[in-house]
Amino acid sequence: MKAVWILMGKELRDGLRNRWIISSVLLLGSLAILLSLLGSTPTGTVTANMLDINVVSLTSLSVYLIPLIAFMLSFDALAGESESGTLLLLLTYPISRAQIIFGKFCAHLCILMLAIVVGYGGSACINILLADGSSSGGLNYLWMMVSSWMLGAIFLVIGYLISAAVKQRSTAISIAIGIWLVMVVLFDLALLGILVADQEQSISQNFFSKLMLLNPTDMYRIFNLTNISSSIETYSLAGSADVKLFTLFDLCLAFILWLALPLTASIAIFKRREL
Amino acid sequence: MANSELLSLSNVSKCYGQDRVLKQIDLTVQAGECVVLAGHNGAGKTTLLKLILGLIKPTTGKVSVRGQNPTNKNSIKAKRSLGYLPERVSFYESMTGLETLQFYSKLKSEPIDRCIDLLETVGLESSAAKRTVSTYSKGMKQRLGLAQALLGDPDLLLLDEPTSGLDPTLRRQFYDIIEQKCRMGKAVIVCSHSLVEIEAQADRVIILNSGSTVASGSVQELYQQSNLPLSVQISVQPSCTQRVEQTLSDLIIPIQKSAVTENSIIEFSCNPEQKMELIRQVASLGDAIEDIQIKPPRLDDVYLHYTVSETPSRPVETTPGIPL
Ligand SMILES: Nc1ncnc2c1ncn2[C@@H]1O[C@H](COP(=O)(O)OP(=O)(O)OP(=O)(O)O)[C@@H](O)[C@H]1O
Ligand SMILES: [Mg+2]
Repeated sequence: MKAVWILMGKELRDGLRNRWIISSVLLLGSLAILLSLLGSTPTGTVTANMLDINVVSLTSLSVYLIPLIAFMLSFDALAGESESGTLLLLLTYPISRAQIIFGKFCAHLCILMLAIVVGYGGSACINILLADGSSSGGLNYLWMMVSSWMLGAIFLVIGYLISAAVKQRSTAISIAIGIWLVMVVLFDLALLGILVADQEQSISQNFFSKLMLLNPTDMYRIFNLTNISSSIETYSLAGSADVKLFTLFDLCLAFILWLALPLTASIAIFKRREL
Repeated sequence: MANSELLSLSNVSKCYGQDRVLKQIDLTVQAGECVVLAGHNGAGKTTLLKLILGLIKPTTGKVSVRGQNPTNKNSIKAKRSLGYLPERVSFYESMTGLETLQFYSKLKSEPIDRCIDLLETVGLESSAAKRTVSTYSKGMKQRLGLAQALLGDPDLLLLDEPTSGLDPTLRRQFYDIIEQKCRMGKAVIVCSHSLVEIEAQADRVIILNSGSTVASGSVQELYQQSNLPLSVQISVQPSCTQRVEQTLSDLIIPIQKSAVTENSIIEFSCNPEQKMELIRQVASLGDAIEDIQIKPPRLDDVYLHYTVSETPSRPVETTPGIPL
């Protein structure tokens, strides 16, 4: 257990040195501020449910960015170290392969959390100040931050799975980009295509919404947009599924599975790997 | 003492796909022993070390370090008493030398305040220790590599070509450290291409050829087993060359078709068993002989003898011989 902490500390320091933390904080923060400023221009004034509007715009932004940042952190966690040769030495120390993955996971979770809390949180503070201290919609915003973190966690573990399965970081990065494209763009397009083609509605709404649990980015969208659907018109694909068809339990279960399966798979693959 | 046995490999083979990289290796190493692994590139030296470290699994056979299988879960703690210097050591480039050593030290649950002393031992100055590893020269990385291998004073040190790319003074330092460790009762396994350098430290040399052990024993035993010819140089009175060559013709080894004669110096090879006979003959020649030098084969030649299937033609001697 101690080995996990030691590795985590080292990875965090690496994250700071390599400007990972700073650049992702800046990226998330500046985009969040930009979006909230853009959102406030049409009316010229900051509306009371400013934060809710921000949740919508930030959700559609995070769906692209958070998986990208998570992949950037995780895709070469093992493949990169294996390629540079540092993994060889690390494995001769009293640390198990599972501990190596957990140590990195903890550190990357911290980095993501920091980026989200500082970036999105900072932008929220500015919004609240602009709205004269009104923090209505704050809870939804908070949930957006938490779920962004969870989305990031899922893509971290998918990243480890890629990283454990391939030998070179170049292979790892191309697979990561492929998965990112499929999950973030192509999956929804495919669903949309099915929806359009299926004029007679032979596919049940229920089945259709369950399909969305297959993609963590859709889960994320649904979760956030339903949180605020009472106050704002939703227009993304997520809005087309009848949200009441799945419960919070479904979402939690899907989240846990999305986390646990890639994590155990990456540990199993990594354990079998020869250096 | 049976319990001083640190490491044992029995009938270990390793295949990568179709390639049999190691074939039926048997090896035991006792505490306090310095074992040198030699062999051509791709002979399987590094693979053998990786098996001992549990980084790879043997295809057949059994590896045990202090009675435990190194790939087992419960052998993770036992890794505290192992030190390893890989052949191409690499570190996290953004960390300084000292931070690197402290990181590894923490993993081994060793007090981190010893790190500075350890860096001094391997000759890395404190100014260099505060720089990031990315600025290090090859030799500095190697020193840092040795420092991390020595962390926690391990019972078994595995050094894979530790002196490649190092300057001669540093090599000496490396070998001194190895010798010191052996005297303290630690076992050391060194892979090396340069047997000559490590001759003095080696208790046992194991020569691998294409994954098989072709020779094993002390340096002295290797000399004897190889049965390589001695090289002889005789300075002769200019007028007596013919007579001397005739007298000694029986002792001159046939492969060395004829003795080389230049400026009344005769050079030839001679079987080790016939050495005393040669000396008697030379003595009987009396004043005709001005000087004689008999040189044992060089260690490099012994090494070549085992690694190359054909007996190599002997190059011109450069090492000082044994004057008689
Ligand atoms: N991961 C691997 N996959 C396939 N073959 C491998 C692998 N690792 C090593 N080999 C092969 O095993 C053989 C032995 O390699 P090894 O690295 O043990 O040689 P070595 O004796 O250390 O050589 P050198 O003196 O060059 O360091 C080589 O033929 C090499 O190609
Ligand atoms: Mg090698």
